[in-house]
Amino acid sequence: MSERTRVLELDDVTLRFGGLTALDSVSFHIDEGEILGMIGPNGAGKTTAFNAITGVYQVTSGEVRFAGRSLAGLKRHAITKLGIARTFQNIRLFGSMTALENVLVGADANHSTGVLSALFRTAKHRREEDDGHERGMELLEFMGLASRADELAANLSYGDQRRLEIARAMATGPKLLCLDEPAAGFNPQEKAQLMELIRRVRDRGFTVLLIEHDMRLVMGVTDRIVVLEFGKKIAEGTPAEIRDNPAVIAAYLGVDEDAS
Amino acid sequence: MGVVRENLDRVARRYRALPGPARVALVVLLVVLVYLLPLLRPPIITTNQIDFGGVMFAIAAFALVAVGLNVVIGYAGLLDLGYVGFYAVGAYTTGVLTSYHAHWAFFLALPVAIAVTMVTGVLLGWPTLRVRGDYLAIVTLGFGEIIRIAVTNVEWVGAARGIKDIPHPPNIGPDPEPPFGDGGLFTIPSLQWDGIVPSLDSGRETTFLVFGAVSAVPYYWLVLSFLILILFADRLIKDSRVGRAWEATREDEDAAEHMGVPTFKFKLLAFALGAAVGGLSGSLYASSQSGYINPQSFPLLLSILFVAAVIVGGAGNRWGAIIGGTLVAYLPERFREFADFRLLVFGLALMILPVYRSQGLLPPRRTIRARAAAEEIEHLEGRDEAPTEVV
Amino acid sequence: MNFSFLVNHIVELSITGLALGAIYALIALGYTMVYGVLQLINFAHSEVFMYGTFAVAWVFVFVHGTTSVNQTLGGTAGLLLLSLLAAMAMSAAIAMLLERVAYRPLLKRKAPRLMALISAIGASFALSELMGLRDRVVGWVGLRDDLDNYVSKARDVYTNPVTIQPQTVFTVGGYGVKDVDIMVIVASLLMMVALDQFVRRTRFGRGIRAVAQDPESAALMGVNATRVIRGTFILGGIMAGAAATLYMVKIGSTRQNAGFIFGVKAFTAAVLGGIGNLRGALLGGLVLGVAENYGAAIFGTQWKDVVAFVLLILILLVRPSGILGESLGKARA
Repeated sequence: MSERTRVLELDDVTLRFGGLTALDSVSFHIDEGEILGMIGPNGAGKTTAFNAITGVYQVTSGEVRFAGRSLAGLKRHAITKLGIARTFQNIRLFGSMTALENVLVGADANHSTGVLSALFRTAKHRREEDDGHERGMELLEFMGLASRADELAANLSYGDQRRLEIARAMATGPKLLCLDEPAAGFNPQEKAQLMELIRRVRDRGFTVLLIEHDMRLVMGVTDRIVVLEFGKKIAEGTPAEIRDNPAVIAAYLGVDEDAS
Repeated sequence: MGVVRENLDRVARRYRALPGPARVALVVLLVVLVYLLPLLRPPIITTNQIDFGGVMFAIAAFALVAVGLNVVIGYAGLLDLGYVGFYAVGAYTTGVLTSYHAHWAFFLALPVAIAVTMVTGVLLGWPTLRVRGDYLAIVTLGFGEIIRIAVTNVEWVGAARGIKDIPHPPNIGPDPEPPFGDGGLFTIPSLQWDGIVPSLDSGRETTFLVFGAVSAVPYYWLVLSFLILILFADRLIKDSRVGRAWEATREDEDAAEHMGVPTFKFKLLAFALGAAVGGLSGSLYASSQSGYINPQSFPLLLSILFVAAVIVGGAGNRWGAIIGGTLVAYLPERFREFADFRLLVFGLALMILPVYRSQGLLPPRRTIRARAAAEEIEHLEGRDEAPTEVV
Repeated sequence: MNFSFLVNHIVELSITGLALGAIYALIALGYTMVYGVLQLINFAHSEVFMYGTFAVAWVFVFVHGTTSVNQTLGGTAGLLLLSLLAAMAMSAAIAMLLERVAYRPLLKRKAPRLMALISAIGASFALSELMGLRDRVVGWVGLRDDLDNYVSKARDVYTNPVTIQPQTVFTVGGYGVKDVDIMVIVASLLMMVALDQFVRRTRFGRGIRAVAQDPESAALMGVNATRVIRGTFILGGIMAGAAATLYMVKIGSTRQNAGFIFGVKAFTAAVLGGIGNLRGALLGGLVLGVAENYGAAIFGTQWKDVVAFVLLILILLVRPSGILGESLGKARA
């Protein structure tokens, strides 16, 4: 484990909104090639942590480091270009664009064609368009969406939209892929397929940070789990360790720690 | 309306089914026809009370503005209610450089006017594009008024008197020497119609190519040529990373940002490009037939009409913008006898349109393509079922 | 640049600025409430105001005839009250019509927001033009001759026959403060307080706040959103009617496009104070009115509107959500 490079590191991260402390001295890390699960009751700060990693919020104190580099002060699009991509809890595709175009927008994170290149159809423009299409179609293929490439994202089925979001995030070419409750609204069968998919994503060389409510899914697919409650990290460990952790059980059963 | 839609779709499908060379021939024929329209003077559509060439100039100019504003409103989703400000900046830059303070040639002043307008766009966009979209509407509205009030009160640009004697674009061929020579290379007569029987009207000739006071047609040709150029550019840009970034930003700014799109930069780019086209139109307007501009040429109403042209046609569709611009410029001139009511009718139309066609007359091409795809799937499925029936 | 003029006339400029700003603020309430509830810019609210100004003038013509007379504020108090009611009724009716014709069909169809704005722009044109063509309109129904006095020359400036002569009430710093300005400021404040209390304390006001906060959960709580939206338009109309009366007291004449510039200013005031925020509208209006007057004194009256817009841009740069922040829903009791 220790030989692996650390992709992401949260070092004593605190995030306050006015008087409310959303994250309280949270530290954890993700190693390359790992699938890390983040769980916790509603309002525990999972999405806040996500947002702190992807640049929505600037941390109040502490530091988020990606591949050893601090993310402080970086804009969201710059963080994406560094290599962190995300999906959204409630699907946020570009509805009036086709599935392929959605993925192309993601792939464009690696491109730099501007107005002049586009106007004169320069070699760079053509190369980047080809690269985008190739990468995009390959990803749609991978997700089983190739036949839907020309359909408007808004017209896709719910499950296809979820998969398209993952494809779009992968198209940005990230090292770290952050999935925000990707199984929300899925039936057991779809969840099983999703687990399989997440494993395949990892096998392609991606590191995955997964927020998920569904315990079975998180336990089944992750290498390690971080548990948050009221903005604090209360446990960290392998699925087996987490399963037997009394603090986690208390948090999930809603037992007051002082009382227990 | 549904019938119109279906027929348009059918025409589009037939066009796509044609072989390549036939398509090119068809387009060339159409373009030639459009160029010749003010000379052909087809019955019914020709305005008889005022110069039809002038009306066609106004239409082309409106269409050009609408195509530029479509980049801002339709592609990037930014509601700009002060586009007339850019139009005025382009016109005044041209006026100042060619007549009021210097005597540059028109084609020298034109790129400078475009550049100045673009810079104006960036200066206005830099602070305002960061605020929420609704506020942008009111800030741009204010910008249009600021420009108008400024040119009304600043002596350096002629204040309320405006700027006159703005030179026309250069002629091709010898300059006219009245009363003996028309100048130019050759003259083209217009048609006149007796019912459906056309005949040559030698009293209404256009000299190729003299930008003078006699005929508005050469100005129309010039604007139309720029319009075609801009359409090509629009298409090339829209169909690239830039166009996708705009669309993504319009659809969901946060999501776009997370997908690596620097949304502010792209909004600013749309704003600047839109402004540049506005400046181009303004510059062409300044050097048009009358060669005269004053602050009253740039009322706020014009901004609203520009927006209406884009929305009526269908925001996001360049052909829609052209149709919208055409309607907004043409209808009031064609129906001058109802001149008193034209704004009323126009207002009512704007109220009714969103209820019945909330996407505008011509929604973005994508919907058409999506429908075509749906039809194809239906067709394929139908074919799959057919054999089972036979068996 | 003329700073000495500003310094020498600071009291006068402040008081007339406050009076002007109070009128902006009353109109701004209509924008801010509709925005709070629907997140739409009711572009046609300026016409709601403009129709009110005509209602005031018509009441005066009806009672007084068309002969021009001079009057003190006190001498026309009764007529003013009557015209206030008429203007409120007129503006409320126009606002209700707007909601019914230009908004509800769009909301029902879930049309894009841009489209609702276009519809509002169209309604603004149509209403303004209809007033401009009022001689034709009464002609169509055969009343041209009977209503001649009320129609006057359409599209022209329409002047209130009774000119209200401002009287000096007391003197501050060498400037005689006029009763008209005091009346305008006090009346606006009273209307504002009344509205503020209404939104805070009544069941209907709670409905407005609930819809502004979250339409879906408001619906779950049994709030009838359609009624709330209509009521919001009507309330805005009533305030615009009051503004119209005060406008006629101060300005004395109107025309079919009188609403436009006041509408834009009022919207600016709403944004300035924080759109969706009732108290913000008041503050925004007053700040705008005074700033405009100061600016006009320094740069010349022709730059008055420029001052207003530049102020708006500056505020948006520094504090995009306005001075007091946006929150109709969060207007706590």
